[in-house]
Amino acid sequence: MQLFTDLGRYCRLLFEALRSSSEFGTYRKNLTLEMIKTGYDSLPIIILAGFFTGAVMTVQTAYQLLAGFIPRSTIGAIVSQSLLIELAAVISALVLAGRVGARIATELGTMAVSEQIDALESMGFNSVTFLVMPRVLAGLIMFPIIYIAAGTAGIGGGILAGFITGALPPADFLIGARQVFFPWDVTFGLIKAFVFGYVITSISCFKGYYASGGAEGVGNATTQATVLSCIYVLLADLVLAIILL
Amino acid sequence: MIEIKNLTKSFGDTLIWENVNLNIDEGETLAIIGKSGSGKSVLMKHINALMSPNEGGVLIDGVSIFDMSYAELRNVRQRFGVLFQGAALFDSISAFENVAFPLRYFTDYSESKIRKRVLESLEQVNLENIGDKSTAALSGGMRKRIGIARAIVLRPDYILYDEPTSGLDPETSDEINDLIILMADELDVLSVVVTHDMHSVLRVADKAAFIDEQKLSWYGTIEEMEKSTHKRLNSFIRASEYQISKRGEF
Repeated sequence: MQLFTDLGRYCRLLFEALRSSSEFGTYRKNLTLEMIKTGYDSLPIIILAGFFTGAVMTVQTAYQLLAGFIPRSTIGAIVSQSLLIELAAVISALVLAGRVGARIATELGTMAVSEQIDALESMGFNSVTFLVMPRVLAGLIMFPIIYIAAGTAGIGGGILAGFITGALPPADFLIGARQVFFPWDVTFGLIKAFVFGYVITSISCFKGYYASGGAEGVGNATTQATVLSCIYVLLADLVLAIILL
Repeated sequence: MIEIKNLTKSFGDTLIWENVNLNIDEGETLAIIGKSGSGKSVLMKHINALMSPNEGGVLIDGVSIFDMSYAELRNVRQRFGVLFQGAALFDSISAFENVAFPLRYFTDYSESKIRKRVLESLEQVNLENIGDKSTAALSGGMRKRIGIARAIVLRPDYILYDEPTSGLDPETSDEINDLIILMADELDVLSVVVTHDMHSVLRVADKAAFIDEQKLSWYGTIEEMEKSTHKRLNSFIRASEYQISKRGEF
């Protein structure tokens, strides 16, 4: 029963956001701020996560492909394609579910329990347009950019790890990567990032906006936002793979 | 003028109050009193449609607030200033910016005019030197005063105060009470004060509405309240440790 209640409130929140989107021009400044918080501020952790994912994958793939008759460039092909199709988008999304999702749910949750959302409404603001729209839009815009950063850092990490460990020279890595490069893989990754951006920001906004019950309520909302974001990211990942590949 | 007509509110199966009828005239200050949990703040939040009733309505200058389009409702809400219980200041911006906030979005004032209007409002609450202080650095009384400055910055017709003196020491409470009187006099606004602080009621209100046993249990002027034989009202007043006759405030 609670699931249906939550689903109804989630749809109502989104409907309200869409219904009032014409007022968004008034609150454009919020979008810029959210894009910085969601995208720019997340870049260090995303680059770090992408870099190490690429590096570890290269070392492990090299270990798994010990047989001498397999060209070493295959490692570059496997690592780069895995990063572009799957890992850059999913690893970034899981990291950002914690970083961005938790921040959004905590911010909005604290505003809800301290009556700041009521204060906005009482002044004549549309709180959904003011608070939810910029955060969701920032997610939609910035997650694909973050995906590109994670993918690039991952390939960079793979090349460096291959070179340092002697598993394969950078030239071989790049030959392998070029051999299996299809523009559709990047498009697919960008679509995923776009969807994940929506999933994480909308769920976190929903959980934060309807938080109640003081500090404990905000804590619960944050936990639920993070856990649900991760679950729905993985679910969306599977659905997109089935539909688009 | 605000008219509350046959208002009934429940949360699920829990009835908060039913058939509440109240008229609040221009320039009047009404205190809504009652025990904690009696639904005073809930009633206040119906006045500017932050909450919706199960039955009944609220008329603002004869127009039903619950039948308005959202655009109309927003215009009406801008005629209200609201001081929330914890002041509800936006903690991501400074005290000055909190007061300037509605002006930046709802007026096309120049920066210098915004600054002038904000300083005027801050001066009215005796905080003209607050500068760019963070709201986290403010005491409870200062937060409430900044809340009042923000509530009056758009020059509202109505001001709603939710527990304006709760959590404050007696001296600061008196300062807030003085401000409520000052706002009512200087701005000639209709004020609604939700409180269980009888000292505050006697200082600021013209009329009082007692919410008890899930209904509007008593309603009248402060003078009538003094003479009332309503048992539960008298018990509530006694419990608030205020002996009206002994203090001789009338």
